[in-house]
Amino acid sequence: MKIIVLAKQVPDTRNVGSNAMKEDGTINRAALPTVFNPEDLKALEMALQVKDKIEGTTVEVITMGPPRAEEIVRDARSRGADGGFVLSDARFAGSDTLATSYALSKAIESTEGYDMVFCGRQAIDGDTAQVGPQVAEKLGIPQITYAEALEHIDETKVVVRRRLEHGVETVEAQLPVLVTVTSAAADCRYPHAHRLLRYAKTPVDVKNADDVKPDFSRLGLAGSPTKVKKVDNVVLAHKESITIEPTDENLSEMMHSLIEEHII
Amino acid sequence: MNNVLVYCEITEKNNIADISLELCTKGRQLATQLGGRLQAVVLGSGVQGLEQQLYPYGVDEVLMADDKRLSPYRTLPHFELLVEVIKEQQPNIVLFGATTIGRDMSPRISSALRCGLTADCTQLEIGSHTDAKTKKVYDNILMQIRPAFGGNIVGTIVSPETRPQMATVREGVMRKEILDKGYKGTLTKIAVGDKIDRADKAVRIISREIKEQTINIKPASIIVAGGYGMGSRENFQLLHRLAETLGGEVGATRAAIDAGFCEPERQIGQTGVTVRPKLYIACGISGAIQHTAGMDESGKIISINTDPNAPINAIADITIIGDACTIVPKLIASYNKNLK
Repeated sequence: MKIIVLAKQVPDTRNVGSNAMKEDGTINRAALPTVFNPEDLKALEMALQVKDKIEGTTVEVITMGPPRAEEIVRDARSRGADGGFVLSDARFAGSDTLATSYALSKAIESTEGYDMVFCGRQAIDGDTAQVGPQVAEKLGIPQITYAEALEHIDETKVVVRRRLEHGVETVEAQLPVLVTVTSAAADCRYPHAHRLLRYAKTPVDVKNADDVKPDFSRLGLAGSPTKVKKVDNVVLAHKESITIEPTDENLSEMMHSLIEEHII
Repeated sequence: MNNVLVYCEITEKNNIADISLELCTKGRQLATQLGGRLQAVVLGSGVQGLEQQLYPYGVDEVLMADDKRLSPYRTLPHFELLVEVIKEQQPNIVLFGATTIGRDMSPRISSALRCGLTADCTQLEIGSHTDAKTKKVYDNILMQIRPAFGGNIVGTIVSPETRPQMATVREGVMRKEILDKGYKGTLTKIAVGDKIDRADKAVRIISREIKEQTINIKPASIIVAGGYGMGSRENFQLLHRLAETLGGEVGATRAAIDAGFCEPERQIGQTGVTVRPKLYIACGISGAIQHTAGMDESGKIISINTDPNAPINAIADITIIGDACTIVPKLIASYNKNLK
């Protein structure tokens, strides 16, 4: 079985500095520390579980981003993936989710075929959850979103448990299918020490736009219907507020006035 | 066309979901501003009569498909029909809930129609946009406003060239408000026939366990909320005790829920629920915009934080500098004493 995992190297949104945005309103990725998008790691784990169960399965990772995103492919290989490549080209710059999903779908079509595609439900830098279903539509295959566990897999079909707002749902789909994996799924296995060493210096393939034979009008800013009109830094409007020391008298007085004002 | 179309979700008990009524309320305002009509799409099984729940929100036309294969929701049958409806009706704007259903289907629709989609909008307005390069002016388009990038910025997103302009909105972000109990709309049936035969076969539901919602903090008039700064699930029990004492509910930030401090249903903010209680007590919450977007319309805000510079203090009426774990028990004691 051939499996493709879509993974994204994302800025660590927990550590954002003042130089995070460029003047044109796009993200200044060069200025930020990066991590393997957490839900994509869980998607990789689910893919590796298929590999555990079905002999001869290969797992390939595709990541779109700057050349340094090769770290994602290395990391994935050290955890058990068989290969992968970085899709990198200045002509992808400014892509929204639609242009991104188009580029990724062309990258998937440039491989030697696939039975399943796994990706995280969403990335922590955008939280849109759009790219997975958009890729599925472009490939013309069904999608299973919000997957939390793989219940059954064989050569022709998959059974997946989905985590919904108020419960769970178990569904069966014929292959090929695209699965988006949610944060409720199992954590990814750790890298193997010997694989870490083996792949630390192995070059990672990089494909550019020409390699995946796209319609160039559908890439980058030109291929993106959504535009960032403006970006405002968040400044919370100051209220007339008081600051108190947590002495017993102060707290008691505060509770007293809340009761007096019929708030509590 | 200047019409606004809302994709409606159906609850387990076969009613129109609150999120869809909230979208209809907002959709009505947008349609009126554009001089267009408000349309609502209902796809389900045994849904006849649901149009009556929609008309009071100012829905001019309900487009309805009733077929066993449309319930429970599965992506492809709904997707196939909705793409066809949008192609036929050519709405200017389409709104979806940012629910597991809306977030599953809307991106697939945007891909098929090659139009823009903005996720988790906190505000939707009609405005004008001038392209920075071409200087072309686009009047009366949808301003899609959403926090982004870890909540450090608020972006205004537009889709000037493509139609429809599509957006998703979280439940509880928009208000649900009846326009006119006697509002008259019309019903148009969608013939399903063999249109979804292929889509029906792609994915089969083997089992479903959907619980009725047991925790709902939206209507609470007092909310005691905790952030990652509370430190542990055990410390969160203090918040439960305070909430119980005051007759309120416990809320939490996404970081606190990700850390396992309390149930996900209690999440407040952009990716949780929006609340407007009389009193909001924020304990160990720093105040990222994703969180404050879900509570900044609270009547009175008290912030308890060891950090005097926490952003949430800026919107608090009262800031108490200190450790919530020692202050919360004092508040409980003080409340009980004051009542005597």
